[in-house]
Amino acid sequence: MGLRTRLAAAFVVVALVAALLASGISYVLVRRALLERVQDTEITEIRQTVLRYAPVTTPPGGEELVRQQLLAALATSDRRVWMIDLPADRQAARLDGRVRTAAASAVGVPVSVVFSRRMLTEAVFQRVRVRGHSYLLIGMLAAQAQGQAGRTHPLLFVSVSLRREEQELAQFTRALLIADGLAVLVALTMALAATRGVLRPVRVLGRAARALGEGDFSTRIGERGRDELTDLARTFNRTADQLEHMVGELRAKDAASRRFVADVSHELRTPLTSMVAMAEVLAEEGDDAARLVAVETRRLGTLVEHLIEISRFDAGAATLVLDDVVVAHAVAATLDARGWTTGEVAVDGPPDLVVRLDPRRLDVIVANLVGNALRHGRPPVRVAFRPERNGVELTVADAGPGVPEDVLPLIFNRFVKAEAARSRSDGSGLGLSIALENAGLHGGMLAVTNGPDGGAVFTLWLPSADEEYEEYEA
Amino acid sequence: MSGFRDTRRTKIDKTHNGDVVSILFVEDDPSARAALELALSRLGHSVTARATGEDGLEALRARRPEIAVLDVMLPGIDGIEVCRRIRRDDTLPVILLTARGDDLDVVLGLEAGADDYVTKPVEPRVLDARIRAVLRRAEQSHTDRSAYGDLVVDRSALKVTKAGQDVRLTPTELRLLLELTRRPGQAMTRQHLLAAVWEHTYPGDSRLVDACVQRVRAKIEDEPAEPRLIQTVRGFGYRFTAP
Repeated sequence: MGLRTRLAAAFVVVALVAALLASGISYVLVRRALLERVQDTEITEIRQTVLRYAPVTTPPGGEELVRQQLLAALATSDRRVWMIDLPADRQAARLDGRVRTAAASAVGVPVSVVFSRRMLTEAVFQRVRVRGHSYLLIGMLAAQAQGQAGRTHPLLFVSVSLRREEQELAQFTRALLIADGLAVLVALTMALAATRGVLRPVRVLGRAARALGEGDFSTRIGERGRDELTDLARTFNRTADQLEHMVGELRAKDAASRRFVADVSHELRTPLTSMVAMAEVLAEEGDDAARLVAVETRRLGTLVEHLIEISRFDAGAATLVLDDVVVAHAVAATLDARGWTTGEVAVDGPPDLVVRLDPRRLDVIVANLVGNALRHGRPPVRVAFRPERNGVELTVADAGPGVPEDVLPLIFNRFVKAEAARSRSDGSGLGLSIALENAGLHGGMLAVTNGPDGGAVFTLWLPSADEEYEEYEA
Repeated sequence: MSGFRDTRRTKIDKTHNGDVVSILFVEDDPSARAALELALSRLGHSVTARATGEDGLEALRARRPEIAVLDVMLPGIDGIEVCRRIRRDDTLPVILLTARGDDLDVVLGLEAGADDYVTKPVEPRVLDARIRAVLRRAEQSHTDRSAYGDLVVDRSALKVTKAGQDVRLTPTELRLLLELTRRPGQAMTRQHLLAAVWEHTYPGDSRLVDACVQRVRAKIEDEPAEPRLIQTVRGFGYRFTAP
């Protein structure tokens, strides 16, 4: 999750919690105030009505009239009124039980013990819910407080509908929720605005760092402001300065070493040209010494060629010249050109495998591996190739004693030879290093192991170059 | 499929084998110049050796050699520039001699119109073989003229005309065109063309083919940038298509 999202989420959560807390508290307070107002007015009004209509002493037979008057006076659209005459009983202790029974049967609502007990002495109320609506149930004696030595207890129940208060509360709640929603929106807007200010420099920095990573060392960013982010920007710019400087130096050194290789190459090759030409002319005349010189000159030429080739790799001046190559043809041509017969070297592989690579470098690698196998191993040498991971895997195995274990990890190093006594051979001691560099230039791999039968097994993998690379080369 | 080992290549005229070839050889290093001049003379050629590009161009006008062998690194105007100036109005075959082993030299040289290049130190026999290969004339055949749109390839007179105008091709360019038109519609690999036209043994430098195809296109295509006659076959090589 992005930094911006997280910051905004935190803002919104805080705003939401605060708003809900505030609205919760105000809801509770408002609800209580509303209900208290209703209770107070209703109770006061009912009590006054009772006082007005219930005589201190009721003349005998007048109970029904009083009752009618009281009921008429109390009735409004919001109220329902019940009056029950509860005959007095000597056992006062069981009175409240009977009150409860009466309430339950008349009003249809159970009342609490406290309610029933207290309603015999004062006005009490209780909130009840019937069929989804709230009602205030008020109970008292419908008689004057004094002079009640009487025989009956005229119980008065009034239920007041709280529907209007409920509606008011619902409206209030809606308003609160709308206010909460607005608060969250405002919080979100502010969060986004605030994080934008913080995150834009971060994003700029990220873009610049990416550009730097991709090799654009001239990337710099603005250093406006005085905060920590500006410090960071300044540090970034300083680092980029140093990188640019260092890379520039390295490139200059690189270019210099490339020039050096080219110059050395020229300086060595020009006299060699004369020597090779002269040695050939002399050898034509049939002089043994001259022939020897011709052979040695050619060896020197090969060594110089290999040295130049390896320095070109070191200087990073080697490039690929790609072509689509039928591997079977290429391998056959390489063996053919060196005069290696099918008796010495057996080839096995699909005849139609085409791989895009540098055919001259493939030739160098295969010639080096096979030549190495023939010189240091024993025939028959087996060359096998097959398609592998979008490229070609080629193995060269010989029937010789294999590479000594202690030489195995060093075999690709320059001038390493397996024989303890440096035997004179045609090898320059650079062939395998050059083969390895050539494989690396293709983005491929070259490795050696000793096979189960003891012979050395070189495994080469070269990937098929893609078209883009060709465009780049061209 | 015409692989590079296809032996049914254009039959080659052998007139030059063993014949005296007049060679202009430009090389600034005195001993290399002397040695190669001597070696090529011993192989039976008539060599005019010069030390600078300017002298080389001068000798070119005076002596009319059959081929120029130019060292790339020369004081004054270098071998590549000499080649470019020769190509301006001449189809004289040019072989470059590079010592730096620098790929850039090769690319620039081929762009300047060189027919082939060799890398120092070169054995005189190898240079001799390359000179003969570049100079070899295409075989005259009886199948005479073929017309491809307004391009006419006259195999008996070894002449190519485009809309009635003579197209001036170097021997290498002519042989490349003849090889491609030998079987119109059929794609040929670069390595096949290298073997057939340049007589290179595998693996040859496929850039020779690419550069030569560019030059031929520039001479015979209506829109060299959008070639219709010599088409590149992605992942394979080139194909001549009759319109």
